[in-house]
Amino acid sequence: MRALDGPFALTLKQNNANRLYCVNAVAEQQGLHRGMSYADARAFCPDLQSRPAEPQRDQAFLHVLRRWATRYCPWVGLEGEEGLVLDITGSAHLFGGEEAMLAEMRSRLGRAGITVRIGIGDTRGAAWALAHYSAGIAASGDMLAALGRLPVAALRLADETTVALQRLGLRKVSDLAGAARAPLNRRFGPSLLMRLDQALGAQPEEVTPLAEPPHYGVRMTFPEPIGLLKDVMAGTERLLAQLCDKLKAQEMGARTLCVTLYRVDQGHQQVELRLARPLRDRHRILPLFERGLAEVEAGFGIDVLRLEATQVEPLPVRQISHVAEGRKDKLDDLITRIGTRIGLENVQRFLPADSHIPERSFIIAAAAYSDPGSNWHSPLPRPMVLFPPEPIAATGSRPPGRFRWRRVPLTTGRATGPERIAPEWWLEDDSWRTGVRDYWRVETLQGRRLWLFYTPQSPGWFVQGEFA
Amino acid sequence: MLFAQEKWRPEQINPVGFSNIFNPRDLVVATGKDQMEVLAVAEEALQSGAVGLVVTVLSKPLGLREGRRLQLAAKAGGATGLCVIPEGMGSNAAETRWQCGPVFDNNDSTLMRWEIIKNKSGTLGAWHVRWDPTSRRVIVVSPAGDRPGAADARA
Repeated sequence: MRALDGPFALTLKQNNANRLYCVNAVAEQQGLHRGMSYADARAFCPDLQSRPAEPQRDQAFLHVLRRWATRYCPWVGLEGEEGLVLDITGSAHLFGGEEAMLAEMRSRLGRAGITVRIGIGDTRGAAWALAHYSAGIAASGDMLAALGRLPVAALRLADETTVALQRLGLRKVSDLAGAARAPLNRRFGPSLLMRLDQALGAQPEEVTPLAEPPHYGVRMTFPEPIGLLKDVMAGTERLLAQLCDKLKAQEMGARTLCVTLYRVDQGHQQVELRLARPLRDRHRILPLFERGLAEVEAGFGIDVLRLEATQVEPLPVRQISHVAEGRKDKLDDLITRIGTRIGLENVQRFLPADSHIPERSFIIAAAAYSDPGSNWHSPLPRPMVLFPPEPIAATGSRPPGRFRWRRVPLTTGRATGPERIAPEWWLEDDSWRTGVRDYWRVETLQGRRLWLFYTPQSPGWFVQGEFA
Repeated sequence: MLFAQEKWRPEQINPVGFSNIFNPRDLVVATGKDQMEVLAVAEEALQSGAVGLVVTVLSKPLGLREGRRLQLAAKAGGATGLCVIPEGMGSNAAETRWQCGPVFDNNDSTLMRWEIIKNKSGTLGAWHVRWDPTSRRVIVVSPAGDRPGAADARA
């Protein structure tokens, strides 16, 4: 990552239009603002650079920041899509007062390259107003004095309410606080006065801290270093028992497990296990680890084992039925075991797809992440084996009597067809650029039964498959 | 059933093509980057007993050691293993070796000739078979030599 000097913006597609999601300071100086359409922005500022925004990753980053912010106080919640709210009551003195705490936050975040606006106030509403409209610290006590000169929008009001208040001449918070309450309540409903009271401290408002996500990691330290595979397996079994209990309590199943083995010489090795199905049954997981753990180099011995479920999926408790599922479980375990050797994505299964194009009439999906689909049907015979079309020398719209394919001379015994298949124009596919195809099933006197096609729009003959 | 082959092969088995013989939902396909991986997958699958048939497509001759390991695995798991090999690259360890090919016939497009060319515990022979779609099984038809197509196939 590198910092850009010029104007830069993140764009996001909203309501079928590309809009600016976020702009940097240089772009803001050139008159761009959030929510502007990207085409307009390019007209204002031709050298604008942009990237697509990724709101989900922004959210993930905000959660990371939230976790970091618990170093200042235990009560940290999210505020909207791009803010954090901290209840620092009783913890500010640990950092030498509010000013010192604010300065420390600024310097730490600034070092990480994050621009912040922080407001500290007696109430959550006041802090929000200060952070958005005049960053700083409000003197404790009289919130009206601190907020009075701010615009009414600082009270977290809807846009239409703000506009209506401005039309009434109530532009500042102090104007609103001085106005008669009953007419305001009739005109705007209770939410306006609730926001005002919350900001001024007449109504309470809590900070809701987010719960820490459950952590699926367990570790074990040995008094003496171990090195035998049997000992490592026994240690892993104990860790698995703990982890599986935790997973069971949360109704989760592990998808990816990772064992880290710390050696006495400070080195460490990792063994990863990717499962074909989410599991929390330790008797099934343990044998699957055997292959990975056998390859570990123990050196002078291993003194710490750490087991973590790096990827978990919800696995609700299920009714045990009388129908035996043993065979399916065995197949899942087999897929896992093969997957540890050749990669889980290389174990695949076929799923039916709704298309007449032969190579798109099925989908190849990773077996671990799909369920087998039934309803396979083929109204017309299809070849057992498909390959990329191989051209043969022939002319005319009828199949050739004699032709050479893969350097073998073949004689047509019987030809069945044509079956015309038109390309799917709504999908881009280079191999179908030659237009419609007339498929023929050609049985040669030599035995081989081939699937040939003729492209009438750009004449040519090709072999695409072979029947059994 | 498990089907294992190497990743570089351009051919693609077509599930729609064999859906009236065998339901593709019971098929798992594994692709390895070389023959070693494919053989390892086949051994693992034969041993587990989770699949009834393991079909492996090989491109290089199978050594005695690999062949024996596959046999032991198949015995342990009670599964059938089948290797599709290039011509003339059979393993000495194989129990049986078959040569199969389609045969032209004027009024049947499923006729095939299955010839057993190696058998450790029996005699050799050749059969002409065809697929019966209504009863969904293979039917053995009259022996070789009676029809003109059979002579062509051997030529």
